[in-house]
Amino acid sequence: MNATSMTMTEARLEWNPSDRGRVAMLCLIAAEAAIFTIFVVAYVFYLGKSLTGPLPKDVLSVPIVYTICLLSSSLTIHFAAKSLRRGEIKSFGVLWLATITLGAAFLYGTGIEWYRMIYKEGFTISTNLFGTTYYSLVGLHAFHVVVGLLSLSIVMVFTLLGRVRAEHAERIDVLSLYWHFVDAVWIVVFTVVYVIGR
Amino acid sequence: MSTDAIAMPSTAIAPRPIVATLHEWVTTVDHKRLGILYIIYALAFLLIAGVEAMIIRIQLIRPHNNFVSPQEFNRLFTMHGTTMIFFVIMPFMFGFANYLIPLMIGARDMAFPRLNAFSFWMTAFGGLLLYFSVVGANGLYGAGNAPDVGWFAYAPLTSQTFSVGHSTDFWILALLISGFGSIGTAINIIATVLCMRCPGMTLATMPLFAWLNLIMADLVILAVSPLTAAQIMLLIDRYLGGHFFDTQAGGSAVIWMHFFWVFGHPEVYILVLPAFAFASEIIPVFSRKPIFGYSVMVGATIAIGFISMSVWAHHMFTVGMSSAANNFFVISTMAIAVPTGIKIFNWLATMWGGKIEFKTPMLFCIAFLFQFLIAGLTGIMQGAAPFDWHLGNSYFVVAHFHYVIVGGILFCLFGAFYYWFPKMSGKMYSETLGKLHFWIFIIGFHLTFDFMHIPGLLGMPRRIYTYEPGRGWDTWNFIVTIGVFFQAAGILVFLGNLIWSYFRGKAAGSDPWDAWTLEWSTNSPPPAYNFASIPVVKSRRPLWDLKHPNDPDWNYE
Repeated sequence: MNATSMTMTEARLEWNPSDRGRVAMLCLIAAEAAIFTIFVVAYVFYLGKSLTGPLPKDVLSVPIVYTICLLSSSLTIHFAAKSLRRGEIKSFGVLWLATITLGAAFLYGTGIEWYRMIYKEGFTISTNLFGTTYYSLVGLHAFHVVVGLLSLSIVMVFTLLGRVRAEHAERIDVLSLYWHFVDAVWIVVFTVVYVIGR
Repeated sequence: MSTDAIAMPSTAIAPRPIVATLHEWVTTVDHKRLGILYIIYALAFLLIAGVEAMIIRIQLIRPHNNFVSPQEFNRLFTMHGTTMIFFVIMPFMFGFANYLIPLMIGARDMAFPRLNAFSFWMTAFGGLLLYFSVVGANGLYGAGNAPDVGWFAYAPLTSQTFSVGHSTDFWILALLISGFGSIGTAINIIATVLCMRCPGMTLATMPLFAWLNLIMADLVILAVSPLTAAQIMLLIDRYLGGHFFDTQAGGSAVIWMHFFWVFGHPEVYILVLPAFAFASEIIPVFSRKPIFGYSVMVGATIAIGFISMSVWAHHMFTVGMSSAANNFFVISTMAIAVPTGIKIFNWLATMWGGKIEFKTPMLFCIAFLFQFLIAGLTGIMQGAAPFDWHLGNSYFVVAHFHYVIVGGILFCLFGAFYYWFPKMSGKMYSETLGKLHFWIFIIGFHLTFDFMHIPGLLGMPRRIYTYEPGRGWDTWNFIVTIGVFFQAAGILVFLGNLIWSYFRGKAAGSDPWDAWTLEWSTNSPPPAYNFASIPVVKSRRPLWDLKHPNDPDWNYE
């Protein structure tokens, strides 16, 4: 029996662990999707179960413009990543900045809607069951937009410092996966809150 | 078995100051050190939660006992359950997965070493936070108290009205934070298994250990996240005046049950799949045969992963669901017994005709097979809704799930400890003490948990702090408590064996079991870089191929 360490046949590294970032991001997205699923289920389950007003149709206004902003930011980030792969740093920077602006515009939209509801109409998270589910679902999404914007801004800072180069395209792809997820979740939240729930 | 000098990397030149060593361990990103940190951390909590269980049982040894107050009793069973699930078994499993997966798949580390360290410390701080509640739950005004809402914390017990102070908040935050750690580790395991395998190792030839942990990690992602969501909702209810689980405002207490058990039942499989992984590595080696039905084992594991996501409400038959829901969850619960049964048959078929060596790890795995079978059978009994209406919330349920967790999972864990201890420490454990541990523990286990079924059948509800004499429960409770002392003695022998062997054990050599997976091809303990050169494999048993070049496995796979 061989008790000393055995040396396995040596070989050139043929495997490529560079996919691990993408795999990990997809796993994170799966986990986040599970969290959102629970909040969406709670929202749908509690639709119309509030014992007191106001009802969704009394307070909600459909944020069409801001939704268009967020969804189009998926396009800009897609083309930004494409430019980076081609090594066009300047157009990458412009498109990246456009993505951040569109995301920030969406966040601003959520902000003024919440301001109106909380300060003008007195509708808060503790008003009724609808308030609880609405603010937590939309707030959870807004939280993800904030996290996304922070990550995008870090990349923007590095771009302005001239540190982002074509070889970072894979990492940018991984980050853009997250941003696409944030946009896709908004489609679900929008449908549930503003179309079905209203 | 030859045990000549192991080739220790001679890096230590002078004795290092203890602060430097500690600093190295705290800042480490090495998967082996993090694995050992997980395991030591879980061992500490095993002792704490074990003492809690002993106090619970001493209180119940006879009717009208006054060992602890009812309030303390509630805290004890809450802390015992929460600790054992989240801060003992899960860290144990993550520890072994962390230590072994890169070694088994021929990698030098996990896919994300720093995420790995982050996940460990999140889990660690979660556990510390849970126990900090003992002094901190009432804020700074005085002594606090531990959470007392039960480990599944049903609403409305967790509302501000019924849980004053901060004990429940500590419970929520501890689970939330350790949940982030679990999700981080799960992501890491998946990325490692999928992307970091050595050349030649395909998904179809990687060790079953890697497969089972891959599915376990998938379940962590899909199951722990709902728990995170539910805990956020509970925090909103408690701090922002939300109404998710507030029945006064139209909220639902039942939906908390759904959210909790959507996590809670897959959690059982999160705990048991790594135990299956241990058995799938240990049983073939000590039967001197390759695992029977590798691909069927993989298929059964995937089937368990899928079905386990659809059985949660069998924890809720007694709350009064619709008969359609009852039927669905009865059928899915019965269905999950099928892939689990396939696994048991495969392990038996692996042993069948083998040249079985009754070493300590194998003893624990054989006991696991019998006990897990019985645990599964009582599971099927309670999976039938009409039967569960009678026994729900009784000691029969407690006996059933302890049979799974102690008789199944903990036995496999002990087997894994003895099997991989030579690899992790470089020393052989004492076989005599190991067998002593096995026999004392198995006597204690059966005294406690076999006899615990009976007071359950006689109608004794769980979580009562005392009971009236003369209901036929007295003798059984006495026997159950006596068994606990045997188990405690077994654990002490186990710890004694670990410590004694670590300092005094014989050198183990790199491959004391004549095993077949890659972790046995490197030194014991492995160097920081694991493999001097990345191995190349051609079959499921690379070391068999190496030892038998004339008759390699790849001719038959």
